[in-house]
Amino acid sequence: MAPPAPSAYHRLNPLTKAVAATVESLGAFVIGGYLGPLAIIGLAILPAAVLAGVAGRLVRISALLTLPIAISVVLVSVFTRAGATVLFAIGPFDATLEGVDFAGQTLVRLFAISTSIGLFGLTTEPRSFVLDLERRSLSPRFAFVALATLEAVPAMVERSSVIASAQRARGLDTEGSVRARLRGLLPLVGPVILSSLTEVEERSLALEVRAFGRPGRRQLLWRLPDSRLQLIARLLMLAALLAAIAMRVAGTFPRLP
Amino acid sequence: MLQLTGVTYRYAGYAKPVLHDVDLRLEDGEIVGLVGPNEAGKSTLCLVASGLAPASIGGDLKGSLTLDGTPAAGLRTHELAARVVVGFQNPNTQRSGIAATVFEEIALGPMNLGLPVAETVARTHEAIARLRLEPLVEHDPQRLSGGQAQLVGIASLLAMRPRHVILDEPTAQLDPAGTRLVGEALRALAEAGTSLLIAEHKTDLLDGLCGRVVVIDGGRIVMDGPTATVFDDPRLHELGVEPPARARLARALVDRGLERSMVTAALAQGLGA
Repeated sequence: MAPPAPSAYHRLNPLTKAVAATVESLGAFVIGGYLGPLAIIGLAILPAAVLAGVAGRLVRISALLTLPIAISVVLVSVFTRAGATVLFAIGPFDATLEGVDFAGQTLVRLFAISTSIGLFGLTTEPRSFVLDLERRSLSPRFAFVALATLEAVPAMVERSSVIASAQRARGLDTEGSVRARLRGLLPLVGPVILSSLTEVEERSLALEVRAFGRPGRRQLLWRLPDSRLQLIARLLMLAALLAAIAMRVAGTFPRLP
Repeated sequence: MLQLTGVTYRYAGYAKPVLHDVDLRLEDGEIVGLVGPNEAGKSTLCLVASGLAPASIGGDLKGSLTLDGTPAAGLRTHELAARVVVGFQNPNTQRSGIAATVFEEIALGPMNLGLPVAETVARTHEAIARLRLEPLVEHDPQRLSGGQAQLVGIASLLAMRPRHVILDEPTAQLDPAGTRLVGEALRALAEAGTSLLIAEHKTDLLDGLCGRVVVIDGGRIVMDGPTATVFDDPRLHELGVEPPARARLARALVDRGLERSMVTAALAQGLGA
């Protein structure tokens, strides 16, 4: 029943991709330096993104997501971090070499995190992930809340559009200057929220009628492909992460450039 | 058999009851129509007959609901769901909001019942076939027209294979073809032994479908009898219920001097043809 996925990476079990994203994100922080995060990006994330056919989109999206944080990280690190080597000064603020180094290391870590999570997001349907977790003993109620939340966003957008059209038909001005748009917002927000709330009770009753409140597990219709190889890969990734964390805590992790 | 005995129901937070001393009995395989003016208590009666009021929505119930001899008061909501289902008039609120396809939406109820996958799939296919929804099975339930969503909502209930079905204006958003389709599906369901209570403004649908019609006004049952008898009753119009076309035609012909028995026989013959 599950729709065919476009690439071998897409077809991996969502849990395998989630574990990979988690290990890559945390690994970038645990290993530290430049080499570790860059190796994770260059040897794990980008090849997978190329295999999935999403490398270009991934880099663009990750760069956009990282940019606002990157700007503040660079400004704060470069100008406030104490250091012996002052590169230049702007007013009372000294830009230090140590600050630049710290900002650079933080940026590669942030980029590793955003690309690893971005790759997961671009290659995994949220519904598949939640249902796979439900098959692995996640509570059906938690799965419902997660899925309903995902579905609620487009539903609210659609409802807003319908209500906006109805209000416009009654003469509400929702175009023009920012002030005019803000003025037109209030008559839209009220009906959107109120109509959503009034539907909640009937929707919950409709779910009760369909035995949603039954305790115990429900039989899911389809099983996402998984394999012993993927299980081993997940365990190895987690073991490597735990080993790196343990070595870092013990102070035995080699200092990488 | 579904039976309401001496039911008086008041919503939580309200001072006055909405239903007063209602007695209603649905035999297995019987289709009963429920008509009445707006605010008469039809939707409330549907909620009470399905056990959702007061089990899920609270309120104060006097009297009793029994399902096949078992008092509903002792049943939990998921136990009620295996025996009696209710469909509401707004198809948007019938959707689970979590299914990616119409097939999954219809399968949700049987899945929740914990049925084996093969049984769930079989029930889902049967419900889809009954309402001829095959072209929609891969569609996103959020992208359906009002009529399609209403059919999917009804199919979702049929897939539960309940002993009793309560429907509150099940064809409100359907065109004549969709209404006929629902009528056929409900008739087949009744023939299989399911009892149905259908609250509807479309009295033409009830005229061809129900063996019995109940009229409610001000929260009280004011008429209860064979469909033709109730729909031919002149008080119906005073109660704000539009009789079906057959009854209106019969009345017009009788008013013009034709013999009632002759009119009734002629119309019955005509409808039969």
